[in-house]
Amino acid sequence: MTSKQTLLVAGNGMVGQHFLEAAAEAGLTDRYDITVIGEEPRHAYDRVRLSEYFSGTSAEGLSMASADWFTEQGIATRLGVRVDSIDRDGRKVTLSDGERLDYDRLVLATGSYPFVPPIEGIDRPECFVYRTIEDLDAIIAAGGAARCGAVLGGGLLGLEAANALKNLGLEAHVVQFAPTLMEVQLDRDGGRMLESKIGELGVKVRTESNTRAIVDGEEHRLRLQFADGGHLETDLLVVSTGIRPRDELCETSGLERGERGGFSVDDQCRTSDPAIFAIGECAAWNGRVFGLVAPGYQMARVAVSALADEAARFEGADMSTKLKLLGVDVASIGDSLGRTAGAQSYSFTDGPAGIYRRIVVNDRGDRLLGAVLVGDTTPYGDWLQYCINDMPLPDQPEALLLPGVEGDAGGLSPGALPDTAQVCSCHNVTKGGICEAVAGGATTLGDLKSCTKASTGCGGCTQLVTQVLNAELESLGVAVDRSICEHFPYTRQELFHLVRVEEHMSFDSLLQAHGKGLGCDICKPAVGSILASCWNGYVLGDDTTPLQDTNDAFLANMQKNGTYSVVPRIPGGEITPEKLIVLGQVAKKYDLYTKITGGQRIDLFGATVEQLPEIWRELIDAGFETGHAYGKSVRTVKSCVGSTWCRYGLLDSVGMALRLENRYKGLRSPHKLKFAVSGCTRECAEAQSKDVGVIATENGWNLYVCGNGGMRPRHADLIATDLDDDALIQAVDRFLMFYVRTADRLQRTSVWLENLEGGLDYLREVIFEDSLGIAAQLEDDMKRVVDTYECEWKRTVEDPERLKRFRSFVNSGDGDPSLRFVRERGQRRPANPDEQAVQSIPLVEVS
Amino acid sequence: MAWQAICAVDDILVGTGMAALVGGHQLAVFRLHDDRVFAIGNLDPFSDAPVLSRGIVGDLGGDLVVASPIYKQHFRLMDGSCVEDETVNVGAWPADIQDGRIRVRYGAG
Ligand code: SRM
Ligand SMILES: Cc1cc2nc3c(=O)[nH]c(=O)nc-3n(C[C@H](O)[C@H](O)[C@H](O)COP(=O)(O)OP(=O)(O)OC[C@H]3O[C@@H](n4cnc5c(N)ncnc54)[C@H](O)[C@@H]3O)c2cc1C
Ligand code: SF4
Ligand code: FES
Repeated sequence: MTSKQTLLVAGNGMVGQHFLEAAAEAGLTDRYDITVIGEEPRHAYDRVRLSEYFSGTSAEGLSMASADWFTEQGIATRLGVRVDSIDRDGRKVTLSDGERLDYDRLVLATGSYPFVPPIEGIDRPECFVYRTIEDLDAIIAAGGAARCGAVLGGGLLGLEAANALKNLGLEAHVVQFAPTLMEVQLDRDGGRMLESKIGELGVKVRTESNTRAIVDGEEHRLRLQFADGGHLETDLLVVSTGIRPRDELCETSGLERGERGGFSVDDQCRTSDPAIFAIGECAAWNGRVFGLVAPGYQMARVAVSALADEAARFEGADMSTKLKLLGVDVASIGDSLGRTAGAQSYSFTDGPAGIYRRIVVNDRGDRLLGAVLVGDTTPYGDWLQYCINDMPLPDQPEALLLPGVEGDAGGLSPGALPDTAQVCSCHNVTKGGICEAVAGGATTLGDLKSCTKASTGCGGCTQLVTQVLNAELESLGVAVDRSICEHFPYTRQELFHLVRVEEHMSFDSLLQAHGKGLGCDICKPAVGSILASCWNGYVLGDDTTPLQDTNDAFLANMQKNGTYSVVPRIPGGEITPEKLIVLGQVAKKYDLYTKITGGQRIDLFGATVEQLPEIWRELIDAGFETGHAYGKSVRTVKSCVGSTWCRYGLLDSVGMALRLENRYKGLRSPHKLKFAVSGCTRECAEAQSKDVGVIATENGWNLYVCGNGGMRPRHADLIATDLDDDALIQAVDRFLMFYVRTADRLQRTSVWLENLEGGLDYLREVIFEDSLGIAAQLEDDMKRVVDTYECEWKRTVEDPERLKRFRSFVNSGDGDPSLRFVRERGQRRPANPDEQAVQSIPLVEVS
Repeated sequence: MAWQAICAVDDILVGTGMAALVGGHQLAVFRLHDDRVFAIGNLDPFSDAPVLSRGIVGDLGGDLVVASPIYKQHFRLMDGSCVEDETVNVGAWPADIQDGRIRVRYGAG
């Protein structure tokens, strides 16, 4: 294998990484020894999601590749060093640590750097840029002692930085040189609408402000002096005034530069030296630099093709964007500013609703050239398709503008798209590609994501991908069998509706009406849970007991040796010393293995089935209630100590956790539910990994939903900001009941949301705008559950009939003689198979 | 192999099972909605825990089964065979109801 050539990649950013992945996939690792040199101290990470680092996503969470991946692919890495110069004649590069490496082919993926304008004082230690994890670490370090932060620059990144400052709990300002925000993407009216919406969210925007100097402040550390004589004081400043390609390697190498910077490249992404490629934000194609990740990915794929001797061309890229800035939906498509000759435009403003829309059409009015959307981006997907596929517009293009009437005005049906239409631009997936995947067996969005990667990038295409998928399934006549099991030809959601609408009170009644056979371990617990969600009856009634999984049937979690664990509720993790002592006494008396759980409570393991009622009687007498650790129901509401003690606490997080836990305890749901409440943005309760996460701000509570730990962790999404206590409860009522009504069996909120058509925006409309007109019903349903709560263990220990089942044997009062335990670290645990015979202690007898 | 009375019919809730200690062995005894009763071995061979009596009873493809509460394999009430792994069998013994009591005919061999 000495015939391998050497390929060096300078830069392990997003595009460099995409290049490596595409190269590995195309088999280039067999032809080249690949080494990647990255200046940053870590492997590539998702810069697009950089701001999530502020809301708690770790550097690992943002990472795009693990060290193992590089090893598996046989790609060598040099991190924390820079390529300093290129000797093109000798085909060598010199690294910043002095090392020299030979190459046959070199790929430059050096990205760009934040441009910092030459303003007096801008080099002060309180001034930061916003590009790397290290930049953010520096801002976070400075944020702790700051009350107020400003961003210089009102473009896309500047607004994102302002949001981050706000989430750090700082009073946030944006200082913009241009007359309006996001002047590159939005026209003036759009920019103004955005400004007023952002203003409502508490970010102070100052436009047409030319910063002359930065000097010592009086109230805050810095003072920005403006050309018009005004000033603004702030504790820290983030400079976000544009990016510049990192093309400094042109100097030593003599590679050609584009007019506005960047390594000049041709359609194959080759620089002026055919052995050297440039891709991503450092490359200038036709003099243009593309500051988005999707065009960079396209370049990466083109360069891989060129290296594999395949034909592929970079043909420019669509710069349309859709995003949420400070909670405001904003999108721009194509020639949004109407610069094309002969272009005409139409616009629509709904002041009260804060919606602005503008379309730019060609001179004949039959093609869409560009568009601006502020406040509501619903038509984005359709409009983008009109634009990039050059599709004919309806006769009166202005009809597109009116919210809610696109359908009537000939709104796009996925059937109208050509097969070549690019549906997901991040991963270059066309409508044809999706149809192929469906033909190959994909039936869900999840399937498509894993086989085509569609909608796994920026996510902007999710709705369209889903539409294309559904249309294709329909046209193939695929009726997806979503029956819950062989006994009911219905989904959980359909069963839920049948139970509610026809008021079935028992499994048998539902089975008789809609099912066949006797039922099984799939449909019985599912229906048991539905009955409990709807009517909140006692789960251990004569006709409900046989439906329950063993954990519910014995109100305890079965362990691997058939014994059970006991988990009393400790709302919010708050517990009095008296109660703590009772737990210790009970554990000691019954010789239960005792452990603090990951959910801020205490688990007592190793109780036999006949001990359970006895143990619970003692716990209930001491004021404990069941913790539902066994149920598909509300588990814990984790809390941090909050404003009661913590110097940073903004609100009483423990109090809110108690209120939430006491309200929703006992609610049966499709899967377990976990909550957390943090008293400030430092997020010690890890609320953003929960189904329902609540974080205190200066102005109320921020609500996050659909987070998940476990096997497929998912960060929760921010769904509402600055709610007061009652608004928060109302929102959570609606959210939970909507989930309970519509989710599949054993579907956590995270997966449910990912499969919910319309996603987070749709959910937000249902909850906060009552778009389905069911909000009052959802609240009523929740009220019934809350009003009828009773502790199942309390009821059970008081009912001798029920207790008959809590025996090891129906024909003997004895405990199970086959159980074997050993002691370890002072506690009792089940004996391993090889210990069974050797050491054993008799089961502790309790009178 | 002799019939042994285990308990009163009403000691087992309709649609559920209970464990019974018979000759030093653990049986899982089930009572169905139509008052048919079944007895199979209580030991779950996949977890080595004596728990089958605490599983959910139902039918799969026409066979009456109980699902193990630990790893969810199904065992046929008729003959103790495992649906997921035909080489596994937990044993089954004749059971009936006489004079309001559940009986099992149990014996080794
Ligand atoms: C006891 C505890 C571990 C510990 O010693 O700390 C625990 C123990 C079990 N977990 Fe857990 N989980 C415990 C906290 C967690 C956490 C952490 C948390 O809640 O903050 C997680 C990740 C967070 C999450 O759920 O999003 C967690 C994710 C899981 C999962 C994976 C869920 C997922 O969506 O991927 C399962 C499996 C399942 O539910 O299907 C699971 C299932 C289980 C089961 C029920 C497994 C089983 O069926 O026997 C364990 C039963 C314990 C028992 O008998 O009491 N446990 N489990 C924790 C009890 C917390 C409590 O006070 O109630
Ligand atoms: C906060 C933020 C939000 C963003 N949001 C979006 C968005 O929503 N949508 C979107 O499309 N784009 C977004 N972007 C832009 C997107 O991140 C970039 O387009 C993308 O990262 C470009 O990838 P790249 O590999 O070309 O450059 P980079 O990701 O910057 O990677 C270049 C890497 O090369 C290293 N390097 C530079 N010079 C050398 C050298 N001489 N030797 C070795 N290594 C070197 C750099 O340190 C860096 O690690 C955002 C950017 C930021 C900062
Ligand atoms: S991580 Fe696995 S083994 Fe540990 S408690 Fe949770 S489910 Fe049990
Ligand atoms: S367009 Fe970004 S994920 Fe599909």
